[in-house]
Amino acid sequence: MNIIEAKKLVHEFFRRDEEGNIEGIQVALNEVDLQVKAGSFISILGHNGSGKSTLAKHINALLTPTDGTLYVDGKDTSDAGNELAIRQSAGMVFQNPDNQIIASIVEEDVGFGPENMGIPTDEIWERVERSLKSVGMWKYHTHSPNKLSGGQKQRVAIAGVMAMEPKCIILDEPTAMLDPDGRKEVIKVAHELNKKKGVTVILITHYMEEVVDSDYVYVMDKGKVVMEGDPRNIFSRVEELKSHRMDVPQITLLAHELKKSGLDIPDGILTREELMNVLNLG
Amino acid sequence: MSLILDNISYKYSTGTAYEVTALDGVSLEIKDGQFIGIIGHTGSGKSTLIQHLNGLLKATEGTIYYNGQDIYDKDYDLKDLRTQVGMVFQYPEHQLFETTVFEDVKFGPKNQGLDDKEATLRAYEALRSVGFPEDYYDQSPFELSGGQKRRAAIAGVLAMKPAVLILDEPTAGLDPKGRDEILGLISDMHKKMGNTIILVSHSMEDVANYVDRIIVMNDAKVYMDGTPKEVFSRVKDLEEIGLAVPEVTYLMMELKERGWNVDVSATTVEEAKNEILKLKGMNA
Repeated sequence: MNIIEAKKLVHEFFRRDEEGNIEGIQVALNEVDLQVKAGSFISILGHNGSGKSTLAKHINALLTPTDGTLYVDGKDTSDAGNELAIRQSAGMVFQNPDNQIIASIVEEDVGFGPENMGIPTDEIWERVERSLKSVGMWKYHTHSPNKLSGGQKQRVAIAGVMAMEPKCIILDEPTAMLDPDGRKEVIKVAHELNKKKGVTVILITHYMEEVVDSDYVYVMDKGKVVMEGDPRNIFSRVEELKSHRMDVPQITLLAHELKKSGLDIPDGILTREELMNVLNLG
Repeated sequence: MSLILDNISYKYSTGTAYEVTALDGVSLEIKDGQFIGIIGHTGSGKSTLIQHLNGLLKATEGTIYYNGQDIYDKDYDLKDLRTQVGMVFQYPEHQLFETTVFEDVKFGPKNQGLDDKEATLRAYEALRSVGFPEDYYDQSPFELSGGQKRRAAIAGVLAMKPAVLILDEPTAGLDPKGRDEILGLISDMHKKMGNTIILVSHSMEDVANYVDRIIVMNDAKVYMDGTPKEVFSRVKDLEEIGLAVPEVTYLMMELKERGWNVDVSATTVEEAKNEILKLKGMNA
């Protein structure tokens, strides 16, 4: 079953002058087709301004289609009546952890979402505990969020979304402002939630290394999906990726360069182990 | 001509229970024309360190000499120091404020007391050196894409022609091509003008590709200081403080463990490629 289904999804932004007349139209999403199977882990790559964040905002019904359709968990996002239900099905985590944490104690922050949904108090606390444990932050539940590291804050933000028990979480460049340790923490947590809790994960990122373990990858450019496939397929198309301002993991690039120098190496090498095996040094 | 840090310590919230030592007895010499990378995990003291270099923070102990002069001297002109030691903060585009890109870039040199003509020339030069498209000079900086904003903001600092340029994670949040472009232009500028560059980065790969000296900060102290090859050969020490070496360096070490005679000091894709081709009996 597809939890997300976009058909020819279009989004146009209007630039207006001071009198409110339309000066120009910018097509941020241009007939995007996308299907995400429930329970899968997918990644969306694309350069700054390629339309990937606009797409993310559609999945959360923060934006609605100019044209085309988008169904999230069977609900049409164009229908204003579905807004709340969609936001409960698909939770969103943004780039900057400091912009998403509102309470002065970790557990209260995580409880904010379910409280807003009208969940009974006892159950809120159960959910808070469960979701903080699922991101490995339970031992900080009585701490102040502003003393946490960036990676920890981002995990609290994810717990806050998990407490609403969504079927799907969208992570919009969740690691862009984190250091390497923080980045690893967040990606690890996302994979654990996907595997253990069966949550569908949509990861939007600039870091090629982070998408290697995804089930499926979409690459966006100029509002369109320009490449799609599993990570091995995507990363075997080095030159094509580069033409969309993307890159490949360092090991993949090394393998590609070795192949160009005449060594017999298959495309789409993703790990050191794989490269060592195909190098076949006897 | 150089920047010398003589036993610098910086503490904040002194005298309270929350006293933190952010820098602890740091001594460094930064010679003219070096391209330096500073690495270290969050909270290691990197940002505190660079804010001392242009006098934004004043050390609680120790002294800093710029070109032989004590910058904490009563008569020292800190304003002048700040125009010579330019700083590009993280997310510099948040500091754009003028109505047009060109005016924004001109602001720095005008503030230095240059006349309008000279400031205009400087702005042209700086925008050209960052590869900023001329069509957008008169646009509002707020209508640019992320990468263009970043360029405009960097141009604003370059227009002051700093002898030392400090950049705090200049590629954070940019796409891969944007990262390469910004680092490429910094590196080109360094080659052309020979100014000192200090780059704070979380990316071991970027640091390995561009700099000729790495300073590793840990726990408020200088933990290592050397060439990329020297620093990245100490994998265990780096991992102990939560850092890593470039992926290709790990690969070379694993090849060596399997008994292959490779030079484990390769830190870039190019170097690793040449080592492997050598193993295979092929010329690079």
